[in-house]
Amino acid sequence: MIKLRRKAAPNFGRRKLGAALGAAVAAGGFLAACGSSSASSTSGSTTTSKPIVIGISLPLSGDFSADGLAFKQGYEIWADYVNSHGGLLGRQVQLKIISDNSDPAQAQTDYQQLITVDHADLVFGPFSTLLTIPAAKVANRYGYAMIEGAGGGPSAFALGLNNLFDVSAPVANALVPAAKWLASLPVGQRPKTAAYPTSNDPFTEPQVLIAKKIMEAAGIKTVYFNVFGSEVTDFTPIASAVAASNADVVILGSVDVPTVSAFIQDFAQQHYNPKALVATGGPDQGSQFIAAVGAANANGVMVPNTWYPGASAPGSNAMVSTYIKKFGGTVSNVSADVAEAYSVGQVAAQAVTHVGSLNQKAIIQYLHSGVTLTSVQGPVKFDNLGENTAAAIYGFQWVNGTFKQVLPLSDPNSSGLLYPKPNWGA
Amino acid sequence: MSNFLRAVIDGVLTGSVYALMAAGLTLIFGVMEVINIAQGILVVLGAYLSYVLSVHLGIDLFAGLIITIPVMFVLGVGIQWGLMRRLGEREKVSMSILVTYAVAIILEGVLDLIFGPGYLQLTAWYVNQSIHVFGFYLPYIYVFGFILAVGLLGSLYFILYRTEFGRSLRASQQNKTAARLIGIDVNRVAAITFGIGVAVTAAGGMVFGATTAFNSNSSADLISRLLTIVILGGMGSIGGAMGASVLMLVIEAIVSTYWSPTWATLVFYMVLVLVLVVRPAGLFGQKAVRAQ
Repeated sequence: MIKLRRKAAPNFGRRKLGAALGAAVAAGGFLAACGSSSASSTSGSTTTSKPIVIGISLPLSGDFSADGLAFKQGYEIWADYVNSHGGLLGRQVQLKIISDNSDPAQAQTDYQQLITVDHADLVFGPFSTLLTIPAAKVANRYGYAMIEGAGGGPSAFALGLNNLFDVSAPVANALVPAAKWLASLPVGQRPKTAAYPTSNDPFTEPQVLIAKKIMEAAGIKTVYFNVFGSEVTDFTPIASAVAASNADVVILGSVDVPTVSAFIQDFAQQHYNPKALVATGGPDQGSQFIAAVGAANANGVMVPNTWYPGASAPGSNAMVSTYIKKFGGTVSNVSADVAEAYSVGQVAAQAVTHVGSLNQKAIIQYLHSGVTLTSVQGPVKFDNLGENTAAAIYGFQWVNGTFKQVLPLSDPNSSGLLYPKPNWGA
Repeated sequence: MSNFLRAVIDGVLTGSVYALMAAGLTLIFGVMEVINIAQGILVVLGAYLSYVLSVHLGIDLFAGLIITIPVMFVLGVGIQWGLMRRLGEREKVSMSILVTYAVAIILEGVLDLIFGPGYLQLTAWYVNQSIHVFGFYLPYIYVFGFILAVGLLGSLYFILYRTEFGRSLRASQQNKTAARLIGIDVNRVAAITFGIGVAVTAAGGMVFGATTAFNSNSSADLISRLLTIVILGGMGSIGGAMGASVLMLVIEAIVSTYWSPTWATLVFYMVLVLVLVVRPAGLFGQKAVRAQ
């Protein structure tokens, strides 16, 4: 029998622990820096003139990686389209895309590098309000216009930067169509109670608070309201508490697919079937959402947005076709992120073409001039804060495997709304 | 009262899933003093392997463990044999962090190349179904995961502390020279230990993938929680990993139910600090573990 007594030799003391953790941090920093330095580009250059370099930082890894990839695809098909139609100002467009690992500090560093080291002619926005805020600050410091498609949280505009332009609809009002519809239902159908679990993200919380206010004004009692941190990975206790509240409807402040998927799974396990589930983000991710929750569980789930693959805005169908040609898949693979990124390119191109140069000051002035521009998401007109006042927000719903526009009911393109939502798995 | 019981049940069931994910980490550290930063991505790899077997070959998630556990075992042996074995004893701990971090980055990149960044989730009849017991709905996947965790962690404990191999394994760690003198193949023991640690992760990955939508980047949030569990439980303690996982998830569930989800994580870390002040080696620190 071997005597099992530990000797001091390979002892793992506190000093070693400190050194080890220090090494881990150093390694993380070094490898993150290596990761962020990898770049991809799209050129397709056919002219001899110097290409226009567009600098972009995107979350190609980390929490927003799925959205980051969709944004990258949107930017790339826009660049391909422009280059195949003579480029911008007669020059080809070249994208310089680097990854920020979903980290605001890295996004800040990336834009600093893109502007001061890579001397980008234009910069396009990253994904999410969280990453747009530091990015816009850097761009503002150097006088660059920051045109973006997914940074429309109120906290971004609260900065008061005159270089920030969000081509998508203002985030804060995204849930208004759904909230107004629920509030306007006949008394017999109107929900009596509602639950509002939301992430503390600048994208989600403002939307949920406005929806809550509208619904409470209509007499819909709040039986659950809680904010959870973005670092939460286990949603079971939160979802179970919502299920225990037995609210008639759930307004979920989510930024991604895993969050919505976790709530739906727990609701199904708890046999809790709300009449409506409206999530701020996640269900708009097309086939990714279906792959995570299953088509049967997706049935009836709603999400606000400005675009969907069947949208009628000029250029939308062509963009979808180009996407499928370049990346494969089907229409359902094209997420709203692609359209948001594509719209950024469209708006920037119109501004540059009108100004006739890459002069940032002139571009910013033009975008603030009140002119109405076009995009695959619909018209774009900026107010003095850079919010798109011309954008319309719609409510979408998964109906028997199809992502359909269902709100507002008065819109001719809205139809077939499922209410109450079918039971999970039905 | 029912809310309290529900929170406790949620915590115990989900805690067992975390224990499955953390067991390999604590085993590898406890025996080899290697901090395996790649544990998070190995969990995700386990989920992807189960996904491939389930979707492409139609093999049930739990039955698929018969394949994924040996595959992960071989991978673990490969990592130990090809990389960890070459590290010098003096800087083994710090260098192991760097090496396993590199392994994590490589695996993440490979998974991203193969599967893309889209989210996936494992499906089976028991994933969304639950059993009604005393007024509570207990999800089958968590109940099965709990049974799996108790079985696997119990087996690990038995191997470590009640078998000749386990004694050889711990003897190798205490004094390699002495172990060699009595005929133990120290390198072989280390490779098998690393293999077992990674193999257990296949089970954790399967349950993780069935309860969470995942992609190749999902490991980032996991590793910090797993390290926290292992530190709280006592690095090297299999029982400690189980106890700490359950404690952590129960605390979070209760705080989330009665106070706010925002504070749940904070309260847990406060408990962690308090425990470490009183017991710096964690709930079941190394001394206690090795004395068994």
